[in-house]
Amino acid sequence: MDNIVSLKNIVVEFEDGERILKNISLDIKDKEFVTFLGPSGCGKTTTLRIIAGFLEPTSGDVLFEGKRINSLPPHKRNVNTVFQRYALFPHLNVYENIAFGLRVKKVPEKEIVKRVGEMLELVNLMGFEKRSVNRLSGGQQQRVAIARALVNHPKVLLLDEPLGALDLKLRKEMQTELRKIQQALELTFVYVTHDQEEALTMSDTIVVMNEGIIQQVGSPTDIYNEPENAFVADFIGESNIINGCMPEDCIVEFTGRRFACVDKGFAPNEMVDVVIRPEDVQVIPADKAKLTGIVESVVFKGVHYEMVVDGVDHEWIIHSTKAEPVGSMIGMAFDPFDIHIMKKSEGDAYEA
Amino acid sequence: MKLKVLSAPYLVWMVIFIVVPLLMVAYFAFTNESGGFTMENISNVGQYANIFVRSIWLSVIATLICLLIAYPVAFTLSRMEKHKQGTMMMLVMLPMWMNFLLRTYAWMTLLGNNGIINNILGFFGLGPFKLINTSGAVVLGMVYNYLPFMILPLYSVMEKIDKSVLEAAQDLGCSSRSTLFRVIIPLSLPGITSGITMVFVPAISTFIISRMLGGGSNLLIGDLIEMQFLGNSYNPNLGAAISLVLMVIILVIMTIMNQFSPDDQVLI
Repeated sequence: MDNIVSLKNIVVEFEDGERILKNISLDIKDKEFVTFLGPSGCGKTTTLRIIAGFLEPTSGDVLFEGKRINSLPPHKRNVNTVFQRYALFPHLNVYENIAFGLRVKKVPEKEIVKRVGEMLELVNLMGFEKRSVNRLSGGQQQRVAIARALVNHPKVLLLDEPLGALDLKLRKEMQTELRKIQQALELTFVYVTHDQEEALTMSDTIVVMNEGIIQQVGSPTDIYNEPENAFVADFIGESNIINGCMPEDCIVEFTGRRFACVDKGFAPNEMVDVVIRPEDVQVIPADKAKLTGIVESVVFKGVHYEMVVDGVDHEWIIHSTKAEPVGSMIGMAFDPFDIHIMKKSEGDAYEA
Repeated sequence: MKLKVLSAPYLVWMVIFIVVPLLMVAYFAFTNESGGFTMENISNVGQYANIFVRSIWLSVIATLICLLIAYPVAFTLSRMEKHKQGTMMMLVMLPMWMNFLLRTYAWMTLLGNNGIINNILGFFGLGPFKLINTSGAVVLGMVYNYLPFMILPLYSVMEKIDKSVLEAAQDLGCSSRSTLFRVIIPLSLPGITSGITMVFVPAISTFIISRMLGGGSNLLIGDLIEMQFLGNSYNPNLGAAISLVLMVIILVIMTIMNQFSPDDQVLI
């Protein structure tokens, strides 16, 4: 697979000197579903706007199929965008909204009818042609926005938090639908979201960003199971993040106790972040455990219970299908491969 | 029911100061001095056709110039940062804080044969030009006085155009030019029509601007009507008839204008 979009050392600085993107480099492969994931203000939308052409980077290069397109205006780029709040044309009906890009390019009328028809079918809006876009529901407006972008047969579709305004059930439906469309049309999707579950569900590749820096690039399973730093671990799913140190390979010490783990290659007694997923904490009888704590609260979450346990020097979050009574003393154990050791991030950009 | 009660003060106002006077104008237009019915006044309006044509012509030109100046200004304003927009709008409105008569007087001294403009030009060995008492001066006065009435409605419509809609147009292949014609102009049509109305209607019926800047040779309908009531050719019946014809003309022009407006934004 070739790279369709490449970002090389992109820096974006605003007039007031604020740095939005701090040296971003990334390759996006053809036909890939890439998601930029991060909290608001992390630079994910800015990155998308650079690919779309609404923003020129202060320094660095944007390549499209190997060609530098830094200052190419948006209307000359072979990408289309689905905007956060749809940005439909209020003076045009559903049909004309979808046909807009084709009309601008002076596509013959016969072809327009055919392609708009295909799109209406794709997004399931047959019979809505004449409807004013102001009289559509949020989900329907979203579909029009997607059709309006896809009708131009872009090589890359950019989506800026497109499902943010929809309710949960509709959002889930649209997630599946978007993924289906992407696979059926064999397009490259670049998707921006702050919703980690959405990113995990839909993407081939997730790019986790924070404070203008790419934290980790990887498949959803990589990102979830092997987070590279404490920020990623905390942002993707819930995590217990504890300060620890590595006395020797495969041994980690935290909360004053030593545990077996599978990580190697740290300097003796190097300070590390220890990350343990809530569902990986095993509850065992207190008298058999190295580590004990008192259950502070139990909340039913549907599939599991979430317990907050006050242990030594740390408050643990535990997900378990069985609830322990509040106030009881429990023991905690971990499998060696469930203990993830991470280098302390430089300058401690993220404080756990 | 409640809404009716709330609008009662205006309804009373409207009946006393709009409906009744209108009926009186119509009554005078169709009666002679002794109060008998006649069509004479209306048919006499015909002899002033040239003044009507001049009035319509000059106010159409003034309106178009206002539109051409105001449109880019209003658009630029609407794209500025919010806190700057307020200050800029105040600057646009600033001339309106000064008395209308005073502003027009100022132009008299500027445009006069020995006025400031001719003095400055004379300094460079140019002119003097005949600036005052021309139809150009009348148009200038109209544009100067009514320009804010064009900017204001345009700005308030454009301000509501979401930035992302313009970006969407670019994203879908529009250059700046086709974004203007395919998105900005269609979306600002209501502002264009109300701006035109707000400039054209006062311009076509003005009499002070033409009196001060146009001299005797640029008589407009407003001057004609004024002469029938306050001037030496006292004839209120003819004055009422001219007013009535002017109203019908404005009504017809506005109806045509509304054909270009979206259905839900009709002005009359």
